[in-house]
Amino acid sequence: MSIRLEDVSYIYEQNTAMAVPALQHITTEIKENTFIGLIGHTGSGKSTFVQLLNGLLAPTDGKVFYNDKDIQAPDFSRKDLRADVGLVFQYPEHQLFEIDVLTDVMFGPKNLGLTEEEARKRAEEALRLVGFEASQYDYSPFDLSGGQKRRVAIAGVLAMRPKYLILDEPTAGLDPAGRDEILEMIAAMQKELQMTVVLVSHSMEDVARFVDRIIVMDHGSIALDGKPQEVFSHVEELEKMGLAAPQISYIMKDLHRQGVPVNTDALTIEEAAEEILRVFRDRA
Amino acid sequence: MLKDITIGQYYQTDSVIHRLDPRVKLLGTLLYIIALFTVNNFAGYLFVAVFLAIIIRLSNVPFRYMIRGMKTILFLLLLTVVFNLFLTPGEVVFSVWKLTITKEGILFAVKMAFRLTFLLIGCSVMTLTTTPNQLTDGLEKSLSPLKKIHVPVHEISMMMSIALRFIPILMEETDKIMKAQIARGADFESKNIMKKIKSLIPLLVPLFISAFRRANDLAMAMEARCYHGGEGRTKMKPLRYQKRDGIAYVVLFAFLICCIGFRIAGRFLHGGLFI
Repeated sequence: MSIRLEDVSYIYEQNTAMAVPALQHITTEIKENTFIGLIGHTGSGKSTFVQLLNGLLAPTDGKVFYNDKDIQAPDFSRKDLRADVGLVFQYPEHQLFEIDVLTDVMFGPKNLGLTEEEARKRAEEALRLVGFEASQYDYSPFDLSGGQKRRVAIAGVLAMRPKYLILDEPTAGLDPAGRDEILEMIAAMQKELQMTVVLVSHSMEDVARFVDRIIVMDHGSIALDGKPQEVFSHVEELEKMGLAAPQISYIMKDLHRQGVPVNTDALTIEEAAEEILRVFRDRA
Repeated sequence: MLKDITIGQYYQTDSVIHRLDPRVKLLGTLLYIIALFTVNNFAGYLFVAVFLAIIIRLSNVPFRYMIRGMKTILFLLLLTVVFNLFLTPGEVVFSVWKLTITKEGILFAVKMAFRLTFLLIGCSVMTLTTTPNQLTDGLEKSLSPLKKIHVPVHEISMMMSIALRFIPILMEETDKIMKAQIARGADFESKNIMKKIKSLIPLLVPLFISAFRRANDLAMAMEARCYHGGEGRTKMKPLRYQKRDGIAYVVLFAFLICCIGFRIAGRFLHGGLFI
């Protein structure tokens, strides 16, 4: 069970003077039950990449396979694919349109052809996952705060019970508290539902502590791909791409250079503190 | 999806036509339309076609790009042709049941098709080579005498430039919202009319909300920069006629006179291209 890309390229406005190559010869596989961070600078092709995964864009070259079936084949149901591969766009709160929160979240499941009752059940479950109380179901989505709107919009996709959940910059434009809230919610959800999550971001800090695998994109190609620690060890390359490793890895690297025998793999402040304490404890 | 609509779009490149003063292009388009409606024989249409071909060549806009937008109005064109073809009285050429095609009808329909096609291509040359801002600048300047009779010329042109500026933004927004709803299983390709109308709600509601939000933000931003209408407002790049603009005017008037000439010639010469 996986989404597999084989030598995929995508060009915007192909065959015109304004043709822009967005992706070049991408080959990769996204397996089930993993948490992936997709990182890249603005314009590196992240958003194009995720739209290929659920067939919203058809590759100009190469093939995308879902469970080994070519998703652009004429007999392949892209509607079913979109039920399995949920995509939450940037600023998803701009897609809300219904009179109340619950009805809006039910839009997706109803499009799958489910009964009113089943759709409601799924919507309620999705809203629970994003931390909404039953008393808030009849609020107008337009009266909510920015962070709440975004959670409703994410619930709108979750309610379709996708096996893969792709989130394009889910924290863009939120304050630090809202950002942490969303990220922790996603991480908790990933564990609870055992689904594959692809988290698109341009901030290493955001994804470092949650994901099992990081894909770094640069100028339409995959530049680095691997476990967070592996990726962060290529600091110079990341900086050349206008990215950075989490601040804490810089501190750990500096300490190491100064002769403190710390392990530089720490990704969060907590892990780093633990590691430094361990070193000092060993000394004493 | 919506990228095929090229009518009214600007094509970024450099050419003599691009560098012309927008006032020349505005008035030129008007003269061109008048000339086009003066001409009524095939010799004249041939002349217009040659003139148009030269202009397109000078504008450096690929012809293919120019006619890509024409597909959308092909239906309108066909409709006009069909109506003219069947509903013009005269010498009957062909008749089935209640439908009759006359010689006059054929001639008229063909001429109408030429006229409309040339009209649309001519107008799109203007919009393809002039940025919306230049266009409204030109309009404001050309209409400025009307200020004397209290027509709010500046305000009108400001509204126009804002409206034009918002077209691509809203198109992009539509595309985005559409994709987001498709990702939630929405079906915009249903053949059923009722379903089709219903499917527009998830698209239109967010689109309207975003349009209002943007309008609000823009109004705020303008106010924050003390915008207060056209009074005493100066321009960073005031429009000034260059030598090439004078030449363009001469060419355009010569073109109009030639077209009138073709019409008069048509009165005396019959047959051949002058039907």
